[in-house]
Amino acid sequence: MTVLSMQNIRLSLGETPVLDDISLHLNNGEFVTLLGPSGAGKSTIFRLLTGVLTQDAGHVTYDGNPLAENPQRFAFMPQRDALLPWCRVLDNLTLGLEVRGFTRRAARERVLPLLDDFGLAGFERHYPAQLSGGMRQRAALLRTVVQGQPVQLLDEPFGALDALTRTQMQTWFEERWRTARWTTLLITHDVREAVALSDRIYVLSPRPACIRAEIAVPAQRPRLGQPITTEAHALEAHLLDILLNQTGET
Amino acid sequence: MVQPLPRHPGGGLARGIPAALSLLSAFLIWEVYVRLSGISPLMLPAPSRVLSQIVLNRTMLWDNTIPTLRATFAGFALSLTVAFGLSIMLDFMPRVRRALFPIFVVSQTLPLVAIAPLVVLWFGFDLTPKVLLVALVTFFPMLVALVDGYAATDPEIENLLRSMGATRRVIFRRARLPSAMPYFFAGLRISITYAVVAAIFAEYVGARAGLGIVILNAKNSFRPDLVLAAVVISSLLTLILFTCTALIQRAVLRWRDHGDGA
Repeated sequence: MTVLSMQNIRLSLGETPVLDDISLHLNNGEFVTLLGPSGAGKSTIFRLLTGVLTQDAGHVTYDGNPLAENPQRFAFMPQRDALLPWCRVLDNLTLGLEVRGFTRRAARERVLPLLDDFGLAGFERHYPAQLSGGMRQRAALLRTVVQGQPVQLLDEPFGALDALTRTQMQTWFEERWRTARWTTLLITHDVREAVALSDRIYVLSPRPACIRAEIAVPAQRPRLGQPITTEAHALEAHLLDILLNQTGET
Repeated sequence: MVQPLPRHPGGGLARGIPAALSLLSAFLIWEVYVRLSGISPLMLPAPSRVLSQIVLNRTMLWDNTIPTLRATFAGFALSLTVAFGLSIMLDFMPRVRRALFPIFVVSQTLPLVAIAPLVVLWFGFDLTPKVLLVALVTFFPMLVALVDGYAATDPEIENLLRSMGATRRVIFRRARLPSAMPYFFAGLRISITYAVVAAIFAEYVGARAGLGIVILNAKNSFRPDLVLAAVVISSLLTLILFTCTALIQRAVLRWRDHGDGA
């Protein structure tokens, strides 16, 4: 069932056209990736969904209705973790719930049982600066999913991590995702990450962004934590080819 | 709750030793010079003489410190309130900010020497003109610090809050205000060092009592030792206030003491 659908979206920021005829959809329980070069306008799509920007043309529908009638269906995880440095970890984790109207106590009741799963137990009273990069990222992810919104928007969640931590985090994340099955839209420019995590991938062109290819990834899960299959390798090469040459219409 | 200072195992006391030593040696040189040269105490009193004057006149000095402190605190409280209130208003109304900010800048170009007698002329010899002058001198650094601090908020954090459905007010309270706190304390520390001096200057221009009056009377009766005694008191006041703000800052910005961030 299609949850979110964008049709022929165009958007300019000032004189610069950023999105040029973007159409995509997201099904319930599906993991979809927007793969594109840096600066393509991927984050702009998220800003549109979170209501920071409005499109110049086209429609966004959620559950078949215009997005404006379904406000606040998304939990957003920004590029850098955007943890509030002056709040302790626990207060950062409850932030989304509190802003959405939960009392502090109710918000904590929701967060506390999840701490263990996210490897944050025992760090509730720490400040973000005291955490490692991987832990900060896990905290940011927990802050996102605990909001209980139907769709998770993840903007390069692992982009700021070193290669080793990134692989660890991706493996951990896949495991979490396999149990929770969050409906997820992921932004990345990392081809391997896209292939490893996605059900479907949209490949975006450089700015102004349009959709160059839509590719399904049928491979079995879990995919991480074991040798990369030849199919995955071939798909990675194919995606890379599209990104680098911008020729691959499918 | 006092947190031990991380990464400074020596602590504050040990780090203060060089400063204390250099200050002490400066006074020592001064003392020795006065004794050896035989210069008249009417020209240059020795530090020991200034100290003994403080002890001798302690009641008089204390009685005159109270009004100065009162003016300082009242003026500072006023300026803190106005700076905070204004900064919030300016943050929510950028057009008002563009209209009013130049006026605040102009207010800082007024020479205190010229404006103080006028303020005394308008508001009399009581507490009011001192409070106003202290506020005038101290409010600008805090206002600028706050306005700049709000603007320095991480846009990612604001976008995040907006994605959670936060209103402008919630964003201000959760992100912009705490972001501005380090800036605010930088401004506060500048302001507090002006406050006592401004109060004394306002008294100097016209008052019934206060350290400014002590200085004025002592100068008129050729008593540089008493002038310096009042100066010592005023410096001590400023130092104490400065230390207080530093302590408050450390309590409020405790999150900055941790880890490698910020």
